[in-house]
Amino acid sequence: MSVADDKLMAERKGKFDQASSMPPNAQAALARTMRRRGEQSRFWWLIPTLYIIFLLLPIYWLVNMSFKTNAEILSTFSLWPQQPTLRNYAVIFTDPSWYRGYINSIIYVVMNTVISVLAALPAAYAFSRYRFLGDKHLFFWLLTNRMAPPAVFVLPFFQLYSAFGLIDTHIAVAIAHCLFNVPLAVWILEGFMSGVPKEIDETAYIDGYSFPRFFVKIFMPLIASGIGVAAFFCFMFSWVELLIARTLTTTAAKPIAATMTRTVSASGLDWGVLAAAGVLTIIPGALVIYFVRNYIAKGFALGRV
Amino acid sequence: MDKTWNNKAWFMVLPVLLLVAFSAVIPLMTVVNYSVQDTFGNNQFFWAGTEWFEEILRSDRFHSALLRGLLFSFIILAIEVPLGILIALNMPRKGWGVPICLVLMALPLLIPWNVVGTIWQVFGRVDIGLLGRTLSQLGINYNYVQNPLHAWITVIVMDVWHWTSLVVLLCYAGLVSIPDAYYQAAKIDGASRWAVFRYIQLPKMNRVLLIAVLLRFMDSFMIYTEPFVVTGGGPGNSTTFLSIDLVKIAVGQFDLGPAAAMSIVYFLIILALSWVFYTVMTNYDVER
Repeated sequence: MSVADDKLMAERKGKFDQASSMPPNAQAALARTMRRRGEQSRFWWLIPTLYIIFLLLPIYWLVNMSFKTNAEILSTFSLWPQQPTLRNYAVIFTDPSWYRGYINSIIYVVMNTVISVLAALPAAYAFSRYRFLGDKHLFFWLLTNRMAPPAVFVLPFFQLYSAFGLIDTHIAVAIAHCLFNVPLAVWILEGFMSGVPKEIDETAYIDGYSFPRFFVKIFMPLIASGIGVAAFFCFMFSWVELLIARTLTTTAAKPIAATMTRTVSASGLDWGVLAAAGVLTIIPGALVIYFVRNYIAKGFALGRV
Repeated sequence: MDKTWNNKAWFMVLPVLLLVAFSAVIPLMTVVNYSVQDTFGNNQFFWAGTEWFEEILRSDRFHSALLRGLLFSFIILAIEVPLGILIALNMPRKGWGVPICLVLMALPLLIPWNVVGTIWQVFGRVDIGLLGRTLSQLGINYNYVQNPLHAWITVIVMDVWHWTSLVVLLCYAGLVSIPDAYYQAAKIDGASRWAVFRYIQLPKMNRVLLIAVLLRFMDSFMIYTEPFVVTGGGPGNSTTFLSIDLVKIAVGQFDLGPAAAMSIVYFLIILALSWVFYTVMTNYDVER
């Protein structure tokens, strides 16, 4: 905000102080009209509601399809299943080529989250507390990896991991996803750590804490929410990524997302099973989203809101 | 916060450095290597100099993919940013509506990208999709598989559906940080709705907006999975964006040289944009 704006604001603040000397009734009335007129109009709720309906319609259609039989999907057009069936979900939970996909995805996503957060914790601490040779360049370089298009890395990744004999293993995908998740975790954690006053570190050292003990016993509880948010975002970005995961796997570590694309290209399209598989990939995100709702903006902005 | 100078901090950064070096530097060096060499198979490579770069920078195919990417990004920004601001301004600030809005709006952001593609592919189909069926009932000859314009509209609407919430959430985070006193002062001044927006809300939002614009620009510029699942880059080449074209050349045709040269040009564009992003972010940190 510019200096002129600040002046204006100070002037207005003065008027506000005058206003606060008004009787309480008048103040409350003022606050009410302000909320009605200044801040939001009467039909304010219409816009978010319409937007949410727009967001939920395609998802609803997928859920709707997942409870229909293929015959019903292709022959009749109805807004809800006429003969609800759980057959599509039964297929996924009984066919190993389907449910192995979920297990594979979860294995490499969890591995990636653990590796990313563990590696990022000390680095984020270093960036938030110390200046060192090349720190800014390093921080920028990390960011470029978060921004790098995965398409650029597809071919070299394939060759690199082939050379190490890691193709079709969970650890290959977990390490490859570190490309964008480690920088993300470092940036988010650095944002949270910078909010912790430095005096806490110094007091702990005076009290005779060693660095590792201080870090685990005192510092980590202070940034627990930050660690949770970083872990959530690593989990999420690893979960939604397909291009790299698909390139590095063939059968043994094939993610669920790739299993779905295979089914799309197969001859007889099993729409019901495809829809059910899609619904099941949405569930993990939908379950944890409630816990991070207040930090979502911060996470997407790489810890900078 | 004033930081102490301590070069031992390098040891704390070391794990990250090794990890990212393994998954970024080595692959990038491979790309650089390919971009200046030619091969006739059998792992025999010949020095080709800047040949591939010249070929790529002159090729119509690269230009049109780049132009499509830029056009797509600008359309996306022109829709998502104003829409995001509008929705954020009208979101409830307190009460039971807040968590519901936040959770429901964030939902599309957490769906795997290929599932986003699948959802819209199904949703837009004329035979079984709600959208396609409704449009054809209304007498619109909607067909995203054959009509390039319809394919573009579908991909754009899909991206708006997928990512507008990011702009909304960032703007909302900026808006809730405005103290009530500002609004009360504006009320006493008799400021109009527009003046409140222009002089109080927009200045408070401009940094998050800048972050949102940059993130949306870069992510839409390298979009791959969603349009690939919906249209496969077609009809023809009409929705073949830069990433899709790159994967086609690299994995589909296995033309290592041109693919590598293209990767580097692509990466340099992203690098320049990252620098803008970084400058914005760190300036903000300094002012904070």
